[in-house]
Amino acid sequence: MTRTLLTGNGAAAWGVRLAGVDYVPAFPITPQTEIIETISLWIDAGEMDCRMVTLESEHSMLTAAGAAAAAGVRVFTATSSQGLLYAMEMLYTVAGWRAPFVLVNVSRGLSAPITLEPDHNDILAARDSGFLQIHAATCQEVLDSVIMAYRLAEDRRVRLPVIVNLDGFYLSFTREPVTLPEAAAVKRFVGPFNPENLRFRASQPVSQAVAVLGGSPYSYFRYEMHLAALNGLRVFDEISDEFARDFGRRYDAVEAYRADDAEFVFVMIGSFATKAVDAVDRLRDAGRRLGLVRPRLLRPFPEARLRELLLGKKGAAVIDQNISMGKGGVLFAELASALYGQKDAPTLTSFIGGLGGRDISLEEFYEMAAVTRQAAQTGQAPPPRLLYTEDELREMRKLQAVAQAERHRLGGNTA
Amino acid sequence: MYRIRFHGRGGQGMKTAGRMLGSAFFLEGFEVQDAPRYGAERRGAPIFSYVRASRRNIQERGIIRRPDLIVVADDTLAAIPAAGVLSGATAHSVLLISSNRPAETWRERLNFPGPVLTLPAPAEGDFQATKFTGAACVGAAARLTGVISRNSLTQAVRTELAHLGEAVLAKNLDAALQAYDLMAEHAGCVTEATESPAEEYEKPAWIDLPFDEARVAAPAIFAPATSEQVPTGLWRTVRPVIDYEHCKRCAWICSSLCPDGVISLSEEGFPVIDYEHCKGCLICMSSCPSHAIRAVPEEEAAGEMSGGGR
Ligand code: SF4
Ligand code: SF4
Repeated sequence: MTRTLLTGNGAAAWGVRLAGVDYVPAFPITPQTEIIETISLWIDAGEMDCRMVTLESEHSMLTAAGAAAAAGVRVFTATSSQGLLYAMEMLYTVAGWRAPFVLVNVSRGLSAPITLEPDHNDILAARDSGFLQIHAATCQEVLDSVIMAYRLAEDRRVRLPVIVNLDGFYLSFTREPVTLPEAAAVKRFVGPFNPENLRFRASQPVSQAVAVLGGSPYSYFRYEMHLAALNGLRVFDEISDEFARDFGRRYDAVEAYRADDAEFVFVMIGSFATKAVDAVDRLRDAGRRLGLVRPRLLRPFPEARLRELLLGKKGAAVIDQNISMGKGGVLFAELASALYGQKDAPTLTSFIGGLGGRDISLEEFYEMAAVTRQAAQTGQAPPPRLLYTEDELREMRKLQAVAQAERHRLGGNTA
Repeated sequence: MYRIRFHGRGGQGMKTAGRMLGSAFFLEGFEVQDAPRYGAERRGAPIFSYVRASRRNIQERGIIRRPDLIVVADDTLAAIPAAGVLSGATAHSVLLISSNRPAETWRERLNFPGPVLTLPAPAEGDFQATKFTGAACVGAAARLTGVISRNSLTQAVRTELAHLGEAVLAKNLDAALQAYDLMAEHAGCVTEATESPAEEYEKPAWIDLPFDEARVAAPAIFAPATSEQVPTGLWRTVRPVIDYEHCKRCAWICSSLCPDGVISLSEEGFPVIDYEHCKGCLICMSSCPSHAIRAVPEEEAAGEMSGGGR
């Protein structure tokens, strides 16, 4: 066991290497590329027994990943942002094939305007695809989640592909101390891939491109996927128990930090949640009973566990690093539906923050706690709030003024 | 927690500097977080990296707002507000600037609230020596914290630069250790800031974003040819060079296949590359039927010629 400094991308690559992956179809995109580069260097140096193929697009890459998994080999692939969206058609398709493999998505905001920095609209666009989703908050968790994801995907009660999500920049390019588990121990933990009836072989054709008409068979196949995804809750619990036993690190489907005796909690996903941990500690020092509830699993959605953790609390501040235009935060809506009609449900407040990597400051966490406390006291939740300050708007107005002046100076369209 | 920011230009090794200092802290038994921050632009553009080090787990993430130490590897950055060198500086922050101007000058010019130190910079135009500025900055920063031994610094530089080969590594190590020794009298002047308690926080000035019509709120640029103002040629690592002896003036292949549209035709029908915007993808080279375009590594090219086009 070595403890070393790794980026989130490096940690993902190590997870892939330790999980004994056979095949990696690849296509580059910032901020994910370092994962593929790292793996390709290992293959080149003979340190990893694996085949890598670069495809001409993410759409083909996902097709290759699904097809290879359907041939019975262990597959890994990675993408980000626009790449994930470009592959979206095949995301739904290969999940329908019930081909298990692991995809790492390095979250990055979506175009337009285009950006490099993270938020969760990319990964949430894949929410209903049939892929299960694990959201990591630290580099260590990235590595461990990739390993666990293979167990989850390949379990016969599930057999669906799994996405492990990490935030661009905040994890992908950030080095943290990471413990590399022993290769032999991981090999034992993951075990061989038993593809059961999944086997594309020469002269033994199998068709995955099945058409069904009339809604009834379609309903059957799609609902079976839903049931398999739901099974993922129990399977994930088992896997995380086993992982904790073998490696000493525990990953529950929902991380609960100082939540047991908390009156108020922050609810959020991804790496910004460690900022919330910091805020919780400091608010506790100031005598406030705060906690953090962080779903690691987003699909399947750990509803029962979230109820256990949240019912009886006075309030929960839900922080969404995404926005569904014309509705608001996706996590907020999901959580509200899980708590609807439940006795002792907390007052929920909704915040949208961290879009395109916009930082969330400690002071903002303190203020979200204060707003939520106020809401619980009055029983009146304020409208959703975008974390955006006067200074930011002033800066924006300045840029707009500069753009306007340029437009005149350069004789552009002034309409 | 120690919070340290390195500022430099793309190509000056700021990412590696952050990593070397991060590794040195790690070897001293600290929990560490280090990361570079850059946009889409590469060489020459202002970039920074940051290092956090603490005896406890680090939960804080992202850009450092209140640095204990700001290291500036390129003193021309100090004058560029957009580089954000001074952002979040307080009386507690130390500024270390690689410069041949005296510290007093910088203190006055920048109106810096805390102590200012300088590290002798290489002579202007001495590109060889400039390559080791990053390592020197790391050596100095390590000493200023007072918690990193010469040994850990040496090992950290070795770990992070092993891939460069022994000769380059040795020069970097020299630069780092020299700077380390040079800062002896200031050892320990950079300390961990006291954390302000949650009761005393300054309320964020949130506002409700007003609705703007799409003619204002859509992210469009209506002025023409603004991309000309961005010298994307700085991104290039290899330069396509046209050998006019062999060019058959087919007059359309390279110029129409260049994805950046930077090959124009001279009056005599020869292709001319605009090196200020050529990104060095080499599509022109691979498509030229007469093999009249060759690739020259940018460092070599910059030395041996002063560009073909503009
Ligand atoms: S290298 Fe690429 S960008 Fe540069 S001139 Fe050739 S085709 Fe155009
Ligand atoms: S493609 Fe080759 S031969 Fe044709 S104009 Fe360009 S450099 Fe000359």
